[in-house]
Amino acid sequence: MGSSDVAANRSLLRWVHKPAGRKTTSIPSRDLSFLLRMMNFDEQTLDASFAALEDEARRAAAWLASPEAVENFRLEWLGRKQGRLKQLGDAWLKTAPLEAKKTLGQRFNALKTLVEGLLEDAAGAGPSNEALAAEALDITLPGTRRLTGAEHPITRTMNELIGIFAGLGYSVGVGPEVETDFYNFESMNFPPGHPARDTQDTLVIAGQERRPLRDRLLLRTHTSPVQMRTMEQMAPPIRIVIPGKVHRNDAADATHSPVFHQVEGLCVDRNITFSDLKGTLDHAMKALFGSAVKTRFFPSFFPFTEPSADVQISCIFCAGKGCRKCKQSGWIELLGCGMVDPAVFAFAAEKQPAYDPKEISGFAFGMGVERIAMMKYGVSDIGQFYQGDVRFLDQFA
Amino acid sequence: MKILTKWLRQYLPTLTVDDATLAEDLTLRGIAVEGVFDLGAGNGSLFEMDITTNRVDAMNHYGVAREAATIYGLPLAPLGFPLPEAKDGAGFPVEIEATDACGRFTARVLRGVTIGPAGAGMLSSQMAGLFRLLEQKQISNAVDASNYAWLAMGQPTHTFDLDKLVGGIVVRRARKGETLKTLDGVERVLDPEDLIVADHVKPLALAGVMGGWESMITQETRNVLVEAAWFDPVAVRRTARRHGLHTDASHRFERGADFNAGPLASALVVSIILESGGEIEGELVDVQVAAQQARTAARQPVLLALKQVQRILGTTLEAEGITAAAVEGILSSLGCGLSADGEGQWQVTLPSWRLDLDREIDLIEEVARVYGYNRFANTLPAFAGAVRHLPHAEADGVLRATLRAAGFHEAISSTFCSAADAGLCAPQPGLVVPLGNPLSEEAGVMRASLVPGMVTMVAGNLNRDVADVRLFELGAVFSGSTEKVEERPALAIGLTGSVGQVGPHQAPRVLDFYDLKGVVEQIVARFQAKSVYFDTFPAEAGITPQWLHPYRSARVVVDGSTVGWLGQLHPRLAAERKMKAPVYMAELYAERLYRQALARPAVRELSRFQPVRRDFSLVLPPAAHWAQLDEVLGQTGIPELIDWRVREVAREGKAVAGLAAGEYSLLLGATFQATDRTLRDEELQAYSAAVLQAVSQVGGRLRA
Ligand SMILES: [Zn+2]
Repeated sequence: MGSSDVAANRSLLRWVHKPAGRKTTSIPSRDLSFLLRMMNFDEQTLDASFAALEDEARRAAAWLASPEAVENFRLEWLGRKQGRLKQLGDAWLKTAPLEAKKTLGQRFNALKTLVEGLLEDAAGAGPSNEALAAEALDITLPGTRRLTGAEHPITRTMNELIGIFAGLGYSVGVGPEVETDFYNFESMNFPPGHPARDTQDTLVIAGQERRPLRDRLLLRTHTSPVQMRTMEQMAPPIRIVIPGKVHRNDAADATHSPVFHQVEGLCVDRNITFSDLKGTLDHAMKALFGSAVKTRFFPSFFPFTEPSADVQISCIFCAGKGCRKCKQSGWIELLGCGMVDPAVFAFAAEKQPAYDPKEISGFAFGMGVERIAMMKYGVSDIGQFYQGDVRFLDQFA
Repeated sequence: MKILTKWLRQYLPTLTVDDATLAEDLTLRGIAVEGVFDLGAGNGSLFEMDITTNRVDAMNHYGVAREAATIYGLPLAPLGFPLPEAKDGAGFPVEIEATDACGRFTARVLRGVTIGPAGAGMLSSQMAGLFRLLEQKQISNAVDASNYAWLAMGQPTHTFDLDKLVGGIVVRRARKGETLKTLDGVERVLDPEDLIVADHVKPLALAGVMGGWESMITQETRNVLVEAAWFDPVAVRRTARRHGLHTDASHRFERGADFNAGPLASALVVSIILESGGEIEGELVDVQVAAQQARTAARQPVLLALKQVQRILGTTLEAEGITAAAVEGILSSLGCGLSADGEGQWQVTLPSWRLDLDREIDLIEEVARVYGYNRFANTLPAFAGAVRHLPHAEADGVLRATLRAAGFHEAISSTFCSAADAGLCAPQPGLVVPLGNPLSEEAGVMRASLVPGMVTMVAGNLNRDVADVRLFELGAVFSGSTEKVEERPALAIGLTGSVGQVGPHQAPRVLDFYDLKGVVEQIVARFQAKSVYFDTFPAEAGITPQWLHPYRSARVVVDGSTVGWLGQLHPRLAAERKMKAPVYMAELYAERLYRQALARPAVRELSRFQPVRRDFSLVLPPAAHWAQLDEVLGQTGIPELIDWRVREVAREGKAVAGLAAGEYSLLLGATFQATDRTLRDEELQAYSAAVLQAVSQVGGRLRA
């Protein structure tokens, strides 16, 4: 602990009320042990004995000033093992003649009711100030925390993105992690023989060699196939975000993992424009990283969009001044996007003729969830997302 | 790829912006300059480029210069290499046999050349200066000339030793059994699919990929054949792939070369070689395949409408938007020919070097790109629909929230596991799906269960000396065959250690089977069900999954359907992973759980009359389980028995006074309450008697 922490604690300590010595808050109880040895159980003796007990109970109850004293009183009279009623009951029921036992029970019940009533009264009056003072706590001791679980940073980031796009009218779409070549590549306008189809880049299910190319099973390399699956199911307008796990045949290092997550988006309607794409992503990045963030768009190339763009945001670490994180450029590349290629609409139109590129238009975008989570939470090694390391996850609780 | 600004400026005599601005403007137009390196006074800069694969035309100096000319609206110096007059000759015979794979082949014969260091002529000196700045090694005039044409124009060329050629050139597919020693010294057996350049007796080169050893230029070469051709992308890619070769030439041809660049590149190469002596014999032999020309240099014009440009691109920051003049200026500067075809429409002819341009949308993209993406406004489209929710989104959320509230962190693990782990944990071991190109043997199959991943994560924590672990994972598991793969959502829960010390006021508490069962119960309780029970099977029945302790595990059944398993991880499995503390693990088939509707709160009237609590200290025979006791208590039919629960249970395992061997004690708490009255003593006595009667049905009795 640093010295400033010590000072802070000291100042906190001044607020702890120190009780000024202990005051007696109850009087010593009278010795009634002689009653235990009572041998005479006629009515008269019993009357006198119970009267003495009642008397003593009232006397003692009158002095009860603290919850502690009340509790002591309760134990003294009603305690399960050492309580007076229990001890006397045991002793007397053992020695009393049969006819006396009948009334003994009733007498004890009446006494018990009385003591309980006294206890209630004592509690109802509430404790004295002194009694309160005696209860002072060291409030600087740490509280007892109930441990709650953490949302995984990937889930958290995906949910955040889903929420941002829900605000713009986007529903969530999902699709399988094991895809066909048709949905992952062909319908996304990847030409035959495109390098991405190579097994050096894509993980494939065994035994596909003899199947027709479009039926071959592979681990989806992006969430884009869900674009086609959604369009096949549904005529425009469409607004969906697609969160999901994707896979590439990549060696793992600090920023690459063969398993990672994407959030994809698709918006199709009449008159959807490139400037709508820009506005949508600019809004989303501001919602995600703060309203000061700026975006800029660069021409890029994806088979399934045209025009295609890479989007950079102004560096969130240096506010665009230039730092190590942004390689002094002031900008960080974060996502890919573009206008849906008419060839993609042509595939969709095979099942949903409404996807006529002369009539409708749309945009799509995709982003790596890990990359965003790494930036937002300062994670330097992508592998930490998949290790279930409690020390890592604790930080998100 | 490296680009010299000094070289660029040769083609852009009126360019005035500095190199940094040029780099920025190119980058914003998609010709990305990744790094700018100053080469010192008078030398300009070196740009490290990162150009997307669709823009192979811009992967050379003239291509980049053309982009700059378009951006700034400047004239681009035309390329031209005037050649000396040729002496008479017939030229060299060229035949294209594989007309599907070779669209054009130009050949020029040079006689009496001197092969050696490049000469001192103007082009050669210029080349030497630029190569020095590029740190490009000079080899010989012939090789350097080819490299120069490549760097300047992106057109591959090849020079043959003419005296090694017999008869004439034939571009054809290889014949079975033919071999070729390529320039890298490798003797290659050719495939009948390989596209080759041959003479009348033998293969000379892998067309568009690499030249042959036998016909290569040497110091002794006096007569040369210069080739500049156009080969089909697919044919070159296949040939290159089959031979595991990737060369500059194959890179370009695979992505589409300029059908019309051959003669110009040939002239450039010839000009440089001739600066060291020699002469041209005969005219350029230029064989073209009309069908290939028609799908490249002579593509049909594309109809472009201004309103389509505006429909796709939308609003610009400048009020005038994208005008007809802007479209015409941009596209013609890029090499397109525009002719008006009605109001606001053009027929656009496409440049031979831009095979990526083919459709109206391609031209719209060019307009947007050169106009500048960041000159478009940020607009938001109107939307009138509603957001729909996924069927299981709420159930997913409920699982996650329940587990987090119970102190479990969410984890995500690999989608793969080893075949051995899958065999041990898969609900259907025969339906494990293997990968064709797994990352490693440990990741050889699609995970059929979340258990292996959870075991790995728990073990990882214990190895890192993190003793208290509570994790869950919600993710897909896979089963089926290599023909058809099923994906289902599953939930794994893992825990070990204790609820770590939460503060100085409470001692840590060791987690056990019942912590796991409790959270499973909580999860199941979030779904509507008529019946939920946990049961167990004799070890020898072989029903309990092998990853579980056979005597400390249970099946969860909801409305007659098995929704999962839970229990202590099999201690032998734990020992294999060097886990000393007991580990508890559950796997729930979320997909089955999701068939149940989510439970909705339904409030029951609260009684204003006092509840009465009675504890019963019971002695039970060894075989009596709580489930049985619970059942008989449920059958007492007393509406006022509103709650019953185990308060304490002690199975001592040793003799206890008052208990016969194996008997155990259990403190049962029962609560009675009526909705309409205060319960009277007689009623309570009757209820107690009924409770004890029920207890006796399972062989239990009140402890004396
Ligand atoms: Zn920065």
